[in-house]
Amino acid sequence: MTIKASLLTCAAIACLAGGASAETLRWGAARDINSLDPYSYGSTFTISFLNHVYEGLVRYNDKLEIEPALATEWEVLEGNVWRFKLREGVKFHDGAEFTADDVVASLTRVSHPDSPLRGNLPAYVSSVKVDDYTVDITVNGTYPLLLNDLTNIHMFDAGWLTEHKAEVPTDVAKKVEGYPTFNANGTGPFIVESRVPDSKTVLVVNEGWWDTPKHNLTRIEFTPIASDATRVAALLSGEIDFTEKAPIQDLPRLAETPTVKVLEGSELRTIMFGFTFADTLSNGQPNLFKDKKMREAVAAAIDLELIQKKVMRGKSRLAGTVVAPAIPGYDAALDTPTAYDPDKAAALIKEMGAEGYEFEIVCANDVWLNEEEICNAMVSMLTRAGLKPILSIGPNAVQQIKQTNGEADMFSFGWANEPMLDSYSILLQVFHSKTDNAGVFNWGGWVYPDLDKLVDAAATELDREKRLEMQAEALKIVKDELIMLPFHQQPMAWATSDKVEAVVQLSDNKGRHWMTRMAE
Amino acid sequence: MIVFLVKRLANAALVMLAVALMAFLIFRFVGDPVQLMVNEQTTQAEKDALREGLGLNDPVAVQFLRFVGNAVQGDFGVSYRNQQEVMSLIAERLPATIELVLLATIISLVVGVPLGVITAIHRGTWYSEGLQFLSIIGVSLPSFVIGILLILVFSVMLNVSPAFGRGEVVSIGWWTTGLLTPSGRAALILPSVALSLYQITLVMRLVRAEMMEVLRSDFIKFARARGVPRWRVYYVHALRNCLMPVVTMTAMNIGSLIAFALITETVFQWPGMGMLFIQAVTFVDIPVMAAYLCIVSFIFVALNTLVDITYALIDPRLRTARG
Amino acid sequence: MIANTQTSGRIARWRQSDLWWSFTRNKAAMFAAGLLALLVISAFTAPLYAPQNPFDPAQLDLLNAEYPPIWIEGGQWPFLLGTDTQGRDILSAILYGSRISILIGIASVLLALLVGIGSGLVAGYFGGLIENLLMRVGDILLSIPTILIAILVSAIVRELLPVSLRDVGAAGVLVLAIVLSGWVQYARTVRAQTAVERGKEYVQAAQLLEVPARRIMFSHILPNTLTPILVAATLNFGMAILTEATLSFLGIGMPASQPSLGTLIRLGNQFLFSGMWWITVFPVLQLCLLVVSVNLLGDWLRDALNPKLR
Repeated sequence: MTIKASLLTCAAIACLAGGASAETLRWGAARDINSLDPYSYGSTFTISFLNHVYEGLVRYNDKLEIEPALATEWEVLEGNVWRFKLREGVKFHDGAEFTADDVVASLTRVSHPDSPLRGNLPAYVSSVKVDDYTVDITVNGTYPLLLNDLTNIHMFDAGWLTEHKAEVPTDVAKKVEGYPTFNANGTGPFIVESRVPDSKTVLVVNEGWWDTPKHNLTRIEFTPIASDATRVAALLSGEIDFTEKAPIQDLPRLAETPTVKVLEGSELRTIMFGFTFADTLSNGQPNLFKDKKMREAVAAAIDLELIQKKVMRGKSRLAGTVVAPAIPGYDAALDTPTAYDPDKAAALIKEMGAEGYEFEIVCANDVWLNEEEICNAMVSMLTRAGLKPILSIGPNAVQQIKQTNGEADMFSFGWANEPMLDSYSILLQVFHSKTDNAGVFNWGGWVYPDLDKLVDAAATELDREKRLEMQAEALKIVKDELIMLPFHQQPMAWATSDKVEAVVQLSDNKGRHWMTRMAE
Repeated sequence: MIVFLVKRLANAALVMLAVALMAFLIFRFVGDPVQLMVNEQTTQAEKDALREGLGLNDPVAVQFLRFVGNAVQGDFGVSYRNQQEVMSLIAERLPATIELVLLATIISLVVGVPLGVITAIHRGTWYSEGLQFLSIIGVSLPSFVIGILLILVFSVMLNVSPAFGRGEVVSIGWWTTGLLTPSGRAALILPSVALSLYQITLVMRLVRAEMMEVLRSDFIKFARARGVPRWRVYYVHALRNCLMPVVTMTAMNIGSLIAFALITETVFQWPGMGMLFIQAVTFVDIPVMAAYLCIVSFIFVALNTLVDITYALIDPRLRTARG
Repeated sequence: MIANTQTSGRIARWRQSDLWWSFTRNKAAMFAAGLLALLVISAFTAPLYAPQNPFDPAQLDLLNAEYPPIWIEGGQWPFLLGTDTQGRDILSAILYGSRISILIGIASVLLALLVGIGSGLVAGYFGGLIENLLMRVGDILLSIPTILIAILVSAIVRELLPVSLRDVGAAGVLVLAIVLSGWVQYARTVRAQTAVERGKEYVQAAQLLEVPARRIMFSHILPNTLTPILVAATLNFGMAILTEATLSFLGIGMPASQPSLGTLIRLGNQFLFSGMWWITVFPVLQLCLLVVSVNLLGDWLRDALNPKLR
């Protein structure tokens, strides 16, 4: 299904307003959230869950357009200062009033040097309270994407943070628990009632929410069920009403079951593989991947179509470039997947003298769809091509340490350009060389000065067309140099029980249950 | 008696100290705690300060004493993954595991004892041999296979039982129980049956062996000669004499059952200590691993010691023999 | 020639023994022995006829993925029992997987026997400080549930190994994990028996004749402790296979690149509800057959060697 079509589905199931009754949504998730503190971990899934509890100044509506949330209007003063008017009468779950102080405290907290989320607000410099309901935010130049960034910067209550000594993000190093890790006090449509990590998190409806609810839920019970088989069994036996990750191998069976509904779509997230650009591999050998020929050899040895057909069951969208078509900056001319050519691969490997070249592929088994199987298939293909890949597989929490430390010779990677929804996101955070706020996810350590120049120029270009042209040019460098090898856009597969009447599925693959309706 | 008691307790304490040493070694030397706590922006100076702050520069003996001191007070540090105090994490999970293990124990006794008696008194009949054979299959089936099969049959094919989790739980103080709600009770059945299967075969075999021994003794022959009804001889006179070893084994095995429950918990996504531990293992969350090791071993050692002491109280001859 | 008569003499003696007599009377034992022989032989000769070497990634082809068993529509020669999602032939996988499981079982039992008998003999014969020390270590190991020791050792040793050695060393790590908790039982049995035998006259006579301690231990005391050891070793062989399977199922045993039966079950379990039952069911069957046959033999051996039940 294309993204357009999936957006249409969402429009088709747009909801009717109705009276409330006791409706519980039992959400069986593939993984637990990391924390109740949205700033404690840069995880898209955690943040999207916490969006039920916390809100930002602006938000995406059901067409992925930015609309006012805690701020009602905004304007740009003199280039790099933005003025936000805040919504009046908004109350936190503990009853405190939402004011400008809360915005300043939240922005200070998220941009703290210890904050893992500060990369999501790269241009932020400072913020000042003008009056109780007006805030000025200064950014480091003319920056076109501030609103996109702010959609996922959640607002805390300043008084609550002070009271619980949580003005700075949780510092594990001090061996104290962060109060917000286990407690939440937002302005959102749901209130956290209880949380037992890895077991159950219960949300109840916030009767005092400032917005008119489109949902008719009174309660959300969120249970992580890591095992695919158990999650499917729970869905079939009616123990859960919703999952955001229905295993794609089980979709036919789920679709046949009368009590289950399947919602499919294509995600914005592109899955790709990257290489280290360090001088040596983790095993001490000289790094041949620095040579573009070697990267081409790997690309030619992998049969992307076969993986798409078998592992992804024909449900993924083959990618030739590192961003999805819906992402601004996408260039269809770049979107031709690398061809499977074993002879070329063999010739290149021979030319490089890389027969039997041993290296490690670092994959996780709990992040991307069927990642373990993709990586296993890749190992087979690369072995047949004459290389000697060794697969390191484990939970993301463990694998990511290796990847961020540059200890992974080859690694899996996924980027959805969220919450910015612009190719500037991947160019700045992944392909730009490592500098202050840029290249935070440049795990391979590559440096392409031409690309850096284009990205830096795009950052201050206010003309959207010109900016996107520069970004497309930068993406061409990524493609020509084969910095990373794009695989596919992930399919997205949700499933609900027949108790769920309407659920909004957008191509960013986030559950938005403040728009979910249960049958009454 | 006092001497025996002191000796036995000292022995238990020694064992616990050794377990604590193992836990400490894991805690201290597997993975660098500092490396696991910091993020990529941390400077070397901050790392050094943290190392000093955590007391990692003190002599190892001092660190060990501090570890034991903290552990005795229930302080095992903060989980690397959940950033929550390990002890409160475990305390949240303890009731789930205990309920599962106790129910499995009860099932194993209720089913295992009669089966053991039957196979002992009807030795050689087809059903007794059949049960014996089944019991071997019972010990041979790995418990994860039993769990998978139970889910497949009862949750997916027949749809009569939940496939995962604990259902609805009710809090009584810090304890949470699934016994007071219908969904909680339903969720408890499959996992406890899966966990009890191995224990049933153990009980059955023990009862059978003990019964066969007792049935050969003179007082049974005497009772039979006196004309006491058959069933009374078997189920009252004989069985009473086998119960002591059965109770002993059951008590001593609770510790192992708690450990074995981790497999059942993984298969059924049962939110107990075992699942916490397995997750800690895959995430290399050392404080949780160390704490789980200490706590399960403590329960294990405490039960064994208790059984020994009780035995000594009942049978004074053992005081010298076992000490 | 001499050797020959000796062996044939041994066989003859064996055939007249009580054990053989009991064996021929016990249908279950004979059945189990036959089954076990079949499983072991088929596993170790697998490279000769298995259609695929599932440990060689170059032989796995996604093109062959997800064929059902041959008798179901869509089945494909030569994949008799079907293939998994990576194109791995299930029959080859369970044969090679059994080989790994059996090897780990044998290795861990032998190593545990070696360590256990050795330390038991030393402790029982010399007594004193050595005995105290060895038996205390044993006590401590026994006060931690075995499965816990196995998981901890397996997880920790793996963590300490460099990545390139993790797959290669996985089997060794598993053996170590099982041995660490397994040797104590043998040590205790041997020590108790040794302490009893040491007091007997023949040993004291040998000591007076200044026969070396090593010789007394191995040629006089050891044979007398063999019976219970043999029974325990057989049953522990079954336990070792189960422990290995459990660890692999939990994801801390054999890696997917060298799958044992437990690994295969873990990988297949995800597809149980998708209709691809063969990926899980055949490894489960093989594992159960293997352990049941070992346990039936062990059970028979225990009864046959138990003087009380004769």
